Parts: sequence; structure tokens; C-alpha cells
Amino acid sequence: MAEAKPATVRQPRFRSAVTETRPARYMLMAIAFLFLGIFLVLPLVVVFIEAFQKGTGAFVDALIDPDAMAAIRLTLLVAAISVPANLVFGITAAWAIAKFEFKGKAFLITLIDLPFSVSPVISGLVYVLLFGAGSLLGPWLKAHGVEILFAVPGIVLATVFVTFPFVARELIPLMQEQGTGDEEAAISLGASGWQTFWFVTLPNIKWGLLYGVLLCNARAMGEFGAVSVVSGHIRGLTNTMPLHVEILYNEYNAVGAFAVASLLAGLALVTLVLKTLLEIRYGAEIAATRGH
Amino acid sequence: MEVRVAHVRKEFDRFTALRDVSLDIRSGELIALLGPSGSGKTTLLRLIAGLERPTKGAIFFGDEDASLKTVQERNVGFVFQHYALFRHMTVAENIGFGLKVRRHNRPPDAEIRRRASELLDLVQLTGLEKRYPAQLSGGQRQRVALARALAIEPRVLLLDEPFGALDAQVRRELRRWLREIHDKTGHTTVFVTHDQEEALELADRVVVMSQGRIEQVGTADDVYDTPNSPFVFSFIGESSMLPVKVEKGEVWIADRAIGIAAPDTPDGEAVLYFRPHDIELLEGSGGCIAGTVAASRRVAGTRHVELEVGGDRQRVELEIPTSHPASEKTRIAFRPKKWKLFPAAG
Ligand SMILES: Nc1ncnc2c1ncn2[C@@H]1O[C@H](COP(=O)(O)OP(=O)(O)O)[C@@H](O)[C@H]1O
Ligand SMILES: [Mg+2]
Repeated sequence: MAEAKPATVRQPRFRSAVTETRPARYMLMAIAFLFLGIFLVLPLVVVFIEAFQKGTGAFVDALIDPDAMAAIRLTLLVAAISVPANLVFGITAAWAIAKFEFKGKAFLITLIDLPFSVSPVISGLVYVLLFGAGSLLGPWLKAHGVEILFAVPGIVLATVFVTFPFVARELIPLMQEQGTGDEEAAISLGASGWQTFWFVTLPNIKWGLLYGVLLCNARAMGEFGAVSVVSGHIRGLTNTMPLHVEILYNEYNAVGAFAVASLLAGLALVTLVLKTLLEIRYGAEIAATRGH
Repeated sequence: MEVRVAHVRKEFDRFTALRDVSLDIRSGELIALLGPSGSGKTTLLRLIAGLERPTKGAIFFGDEDASLKTVQERNVGFVFQHYALFRHMTVAENIGFGLKVRRHNRPPDAEIRRRASELLDLVQLTGLEKRYPAQLSGGQRQRVALARALAIEPRVLLLDEPFGALDAQVRRELRRWLREIHDKTGHTTVFVTHDQEEALELADRVVVMSQGRIEQVGTADDVYDTPNSPFVFSFIGESSMLPVKVEKGEVWIADRAIGIAAPDTPDGEAVLYFRPHDIELLEGSGGCIAGTVAASRRVAGTRHVELEVGGDRQRVELEIPTSHPASEKTRIAFRPKKWKLFPAAG
């Protein structure tokens, strides 16, 4: 009886109690794919089709147009300032929340979430109220030669405001889960505060951090509402890519609008691919960070 | 290095975790902090390390007041309950970490590597330099954590429940192994445990703690043979107790003298403590404790019986030979060979 005989009796098919029947499963999957197809993939495809409607030449022309170039440069500049700013802010806030006990902690967490719950237009309006002509600060700053509203600083401020939860939100649960054990071990071994951060804390959070930065960057480049309120829509000066797309579209310049839009869509796709790769490779490490 | 804990009190917000704790730790000894969960063992260990600040009192390393020093300056080796190994570093990098971050006389990299493999030999993990913590078993991780703490040539070695997360077999092995390492390196070592077997077997002296206080400090023999409080008596080893009355230098249960003299105990209510196995069974009814068997269990080589004693049917547990024909309702008379009387609480 060393070898197993080929099964002659048909095994009864196992049916898991929680699994739907086969047709039901296919139904659900079909609906999910159909929905995604209509609402996400189709528009994305349309963006690229429209962008190349009049050929590659028109597409390239639309992009090297000086106003378009200025919008791209401004968008990159805004992201280059607001992403690092929120990186530092995010780490600091997450560190404070996860590793220390203090009064007002719950309030701070709520505050960090504020940009998620407030309409971006309102976020922009706040800055208009703070720095506008009718405010206290605005005229004073203007008198000292500082332009905030309808200038690059205003756009940066609005973008920072809108994107600041991303990094902090990724890191808080991750750091809370990791606790302070590793840091205590490091200082007991003689490491200074800075060495502990650099050699122990940062490596522990790096994937979550990268993930947060990725999302933060995508939003910083794509933000429309808040930026629209504070920018003033000055062509070649205060137009970011999303604003430029809107202007071109309103001027019935479909190829131009969709060419610039295709860059933003491309950014979204790259972000998505990187995010998926991160999840595949470091899924376990960022699993704790599912907050939103 | 001698460590002296002097009248230390530690409060967390409103909660007092340690109340007026004093302890002298001798140079080179292996001492155990033993107590139930929540008794303040970890807190005391963290205070010695400098990871917490005392609310009151001071801690001395030799003659110098350690309270004035930071964790880094104290140079203690701390082994955490859950290892706290750096997961993104190899075993060798973990062990070398304390040397790598030194600002003064940091050894060259080659020297750090050499020291790391030396220590790996010491903890019997030769050749595992390149592994990551995730690729090690619990017992191996604990050894790496110890090697990492030893690498900085600590003045004191502190271990928080070092074997708490391991299974019984590995625990016993590591226990013997820790003793060997201690004898080889001679570090002053304090370890925390809630396992009395571990404390009694391993330590030179045992510090029994309860509710933020030190109850007794002594050798394994001291705390087992001459416990100085009801808590220590019942916490260390098996114990049985009976409420009694002391009158005219004799111990009474209800209106019967039980044949135990208590010349030094003041008259009044008291509690009699004894070891359930340390008794003699008697015939007759005078000068002994008598009761009827309420329950009987065979446990390995002995029989545990629960006896109902006196008018108010106080239950008391005894260990008797398996050959004894005890069954329910049997009457048994006995007298403890050794006992201790403590005044009744309250
Ligand atoms: N950081 C802290 N904040 C508040 N209470 C604490 C803190 N650390 C310990 N405690 C409390 O102090 C008591 C003693 O804790 P601990 O020293 O960890 O006990 P043990 O190690 O003996 O189990 C416990 O009741 C615990 O809840
Ligand atoms: Mg503890």
C-alpha cells in the first residue's frame, strides 16, 4: 500500500460557506469592471485621443507653447516647495503624535485631517481672507513689497494646506504601531537623538514615507480648487497646469487643453504604477497605514 | 559596578508605580526582580537605565549620582522584552550599532566587525552575521539582543523578561546559558521576571516586589525558607493559610489549641502560613489541626486534598502521600512542621 490509487470515487465538491455562487461572483466582478471602465478608463483614454487628435505635431506645439511651459514650470516649482515642506511637517507631526503623550493630541490629529474634510475652494478662500486687500495682513505685506495673493507664494501656501495630511496620515499609524522600543534601544546603546532618527526611525518608516510623498506630490501637481481661488489666473505667471487646462478648454482649444491634461494624466498613471509596485514589494510594511 | 537605588518614587500622572524603593545591587552579582505583573519591575529597571526619571529619590552608579546623566552617558546594556532588534540591519550591524554611533574613540569598521563576530561566538550564534532579525527564531533574536547590549561594554546589564516570549524548553536552555555568560563576563546584571522558578534558579539574590514596593531581598533560600510577609510566603512556592487566634502564647482554631506555640506573637487574630507538603499527619484529636476532606486530586507523585477545618469550614490545601487512603469525608489530622504567623490584615 505504498502508492495511492487514482481516485475512482468523485469527491463531493467543497463549498465554502462564505463564498457566493459562481454566477454571483462573476456578476459582481463584471459590475466592478464595467463601472471602472465607464468612469475611469474611458475618460482617461479620451484625454489621450483628444490630445493626439490633430497629430503628434500639434500635440508637441501645444506643450512648447510659452504659456504652457510657464504653467509646467510653475507646477513643478510649487510641488518642489510644498512636497518637501509637507515631508518635514509630516514627519514632525507624526513623530510628536506617535512617540509622545501630551494634552491636545486628539485635537492635533483632527486638525491634520482638516484639509481632507474642507472643500479646497474654502481652503483657498481662507487665504484670500487672510492676505486679501480687505484683510489686516495683506495691505501691510504689500507695503513691504511682499505679494502673497495672485502670486506664487499664495499658490504654494494653498497647495501646502491642501496636501499636508498625506505624509502625516501615512506615518502616524505606522509610527504608532512601531512604538518607541527601537528608539529606546538605540539611545541605550549610546546613539544621539539625530543618529537615532537617521539610523533607526527613518529606515523603519521609509516605505510609508515614500508612499505618502507620492500621494502628496500627485495632489500638489493636480490641485485645482484652492489654487484657482488664490492664483488670479495670470497667464505665464500664476497659472499652474490644471488652471492652464481649464483656460485652454474654455477657449475651445481642445488639443492644447488635452495635451496639457495628458501630462497630468500621465503623472497619475506613473503615481499609480509606483504606488502599486510599492504595495507589492513592501505591502506588509505599509499595510498598517491604510487610513483613508 | 555597584548600583544603589535610594528612596525612589515614580508616578505616572496620578498613578504611583513605585513607592519609596531602596535597593543595593552589588558589583558583579546577578540579581532578579520578581513579582506579579504590574508590580513595578519594568519601571524600576527603566529608572536604572535612565529611560524614565524618578519622581523622587536618586540612583547611584558607584559613588556618582546617575540621575544627572542621560541614558547615553550611563552606558547600560538594556535587553528589551520584545528584543527591539533593528529589523533593517543584519545581525552583525545590530551588534555593532553601539560602537558605530560612538563619537569618541569609535573603533574602525574592521574592528567593529571583528567584535561582532566575537560576541556572536560568545552567544553561540557563530556564522549568522549576515542574517536579518526576521530570519531568526525567538531564542536566537534574544541572544542577538544580548550580544548587542554586551558590545558597548556596559557598566550594568539590564534584562526585561528576557525569556518571557519563548517556549518552556528554550527558556530552560537560555537560563543556563545566561548564567554561564554572566560567570564568564562578570557584569553586574539585573533581570526582571515574573517566573519564580527562573528567579530562584538563576539569581544570586532575588528582589520580591508587589504593588510598587520591595517586599523582600534575599537569596533563594532566604525568600523561600524565611519569607518576611504574607505576600512573599504565598507568592514564592506553594502555600496554605488558615485564620487562627493567638492567646496565651498558643495558637487556636475556634476553641481548640492546635499544638503550635507562639511565644513571641501578641494575642489576637492572626493567619497561619505553611507549605502544604511540609506537614506531619497525626492520629488522635488533641494538639493538631483536624478537618474532613472536601476534595482530592492526584497530581503527579502526590495527592492534593482540600480540607474543611473548624466550625466555619475554612478550606486548606495539603499534599499527602498517594498511599494515604484519603477520600471524601475522611477525617485527617495534621500539624505543619514549619510555619509562620502573620497578624491578621486590617
Ligand atoms: N508609561 C506609563 N504610563 C502610565 N502608567 C504606567 C506606565 N508604565 C507603567 N505604568 C504602570 O505602572 C505599573 C507598573 O508597571 P510595570 O513596571 O510595567 O510592571 P511590571 O513590569 O512589574 O509588570 C503598572 O500598573 C502600569 O500600568
Ligand atoms: Mg514588565
